[in-house]
Amino acid sequence: MTVHVQREMEKIKKMILALSAVVEESVQRAAQSLEKMDVSLAQKVIGNDEQVDEMEVDLEEECLKILALYQPVAIDLRFLISVLKINNDLERIADLAVNVAERTVALAAEARIPAPFDFAAMARKVEIMLEKSLDSLVNMDSRLALQVCKLDDEVDEIHKKTYQLVKDQIIQSPERIDGLVHYLSVSRHLERIADLATNIAEDVLYMIQGEIVRHTM
Amino acid sequence: MIDNRVATDLHQKVNSVEVSMSVPDTKKVAEPQQSAEVRAGAPKISVRNLSFYYGDHQALVDNNLDIAANKVTAIIGPSGCGKSTHLRTYNRIFELYRNQKVTGGILLDGENILDPSCDVLELRRRVGMIFQKPTPFPMSVYDNVAYGLRLHYKMNRSEMMDRVETSLRQAALWDEVKDQLNKPGTALSGGQQQRLCIARAIAVEPEVVLMDEPTSAIDPVATAKIEDLITNLADKYTIVIVTHNMQQAARISDYTAFFYQGLIVEFGPTRKIFTNPAKKQTEDYITGRFG
Repeated sequence: MTVHVQREMEKIKKMILALSAVVEESVQRAAQSLEKMDVSLAQKVIGNDEQVDEMEVDLEEECLKILALYQPVAIDLRFLISVLKINNDLERIADLAVNVAERTVALAAEARIPAPFDFAAMARKVEIMLEKSLDSLVNMDSRLALQVCKLDDEVDEIHKKTYQLVKDQIIQSPERIDGLVHYLSVSRHLERIADLATNIAEDVLYMIQGEIVRHTM
Repeated sequence: MIDNRVATDLHQKVNSVEVSMSVPDTKKVAEPQQSAEVRAGAPKISVRNLSFYYGDHQALVDNNLDIAANKVTAIIGPSGCGKSTHLRTYNRIFELYRNQKVTGGILLDGENILDPSCDVLELRRRVGMIFQKPTPFPMSVYDNVAYGLRLHYKMNRSEMMDRVETSLRQAALWDEVKDQLNKPGTALSGGQQQRLCIARAIAVEPEVVLMDEPTSAIDPVATAKIEDLITNLADKYTIVIVTHNMQQAARISDYTAFFYQGLIVEFGPTRKIFTNPAKKQTEDYITGRFG
């Protein structure tokens, strides 16, 4: 039995890593598409979402199968529960990447306006958070996971400032309102991705330490 | 009768016990980590520096454990780790065999039951035991339950009948046997036989019920019944169960002790042991990486 479980766990690990890689790429491409106003790249991100959805369902079914067949405990249980939750978070992150890509498509269809905030810098920060949270999962590194939780505050701050900036610009140039609202949405989507990356980091901390740190940091 | 002196100094009392003729040197190990939850109420049983020998072979090494009253405590560990040996000291049933000896102390409500002055018959009424294989006596269902009552109490027929019925009800067996109380106990199914043994054990109103792998010879449906029963019995009795089935320990116990090579490696609330054990050895065992 124990060899079986270990083999199944290895399989789960490979599946969550594969999903992580696809989702990370979606986020990068979505940000890139907006930066370069590249509609075809944005369409690729949108089209890719189906693959993410399928991977999420497969991974969840695999986790449920192991829970039902082997009733894992201790680290095995914590690992599986964390994977189940991270799986969910990754799927939501991919959805948000699609939302960003859709803004690229929408913005490209309108008269160009300059971005009201340095969204590329914000996107970079969010990408780093996601990367670190996934690395913390792969390497069972609680130090990295803690860094992610700290970075989330910075992203929240950027989003708050963006809101004010966009509001000011709408007052100054009301004719740009559509474009500005699209950019505000991008900021909100990025901020949500950062939140979900934080959730992943918190689940990794639970897996390593066995303590639920959510709502305590 | 049990020695009624009040123990003011636990260690003094434990050290004053002379159960064995000679005490071989035992390597000292750290006391198992015990949670605040366990320490809170007065334990029903306190095991102190308990060591056990089969001839020259030391099977238990300096065990320290507090068993909480009206809770289910599970003892888990690989074969030969000393689980059953440990359990068998609680009612001194090991004394039925030669060449077995024990050192240290076992305090039942503060009284050291290893003290030679302890009344063993009374001890075994207070501390009942259920074995791996159902052990009904070769007599009727009724007499199986009444046997212990006749041994310990004087009561008339109707009182006796009441106690038998109550015990069978508590053991969740009454509805299945009420019309066949004169049937031989051995004619019942395995699961029913085991519940009959539980009824027999609780008929004499014990305080503690020891169970040594009570479901390992029983099918899954009967096992589920006995597990439900154990959970219900904990309202009235303190239960200590040795089990090979880790899922069972996780399901029914409040506290779990993990034994390995005669040592108590880890002890704590079951929830903690099965989600986040403190010791690597515990984790490796419960996740099936060894054992």
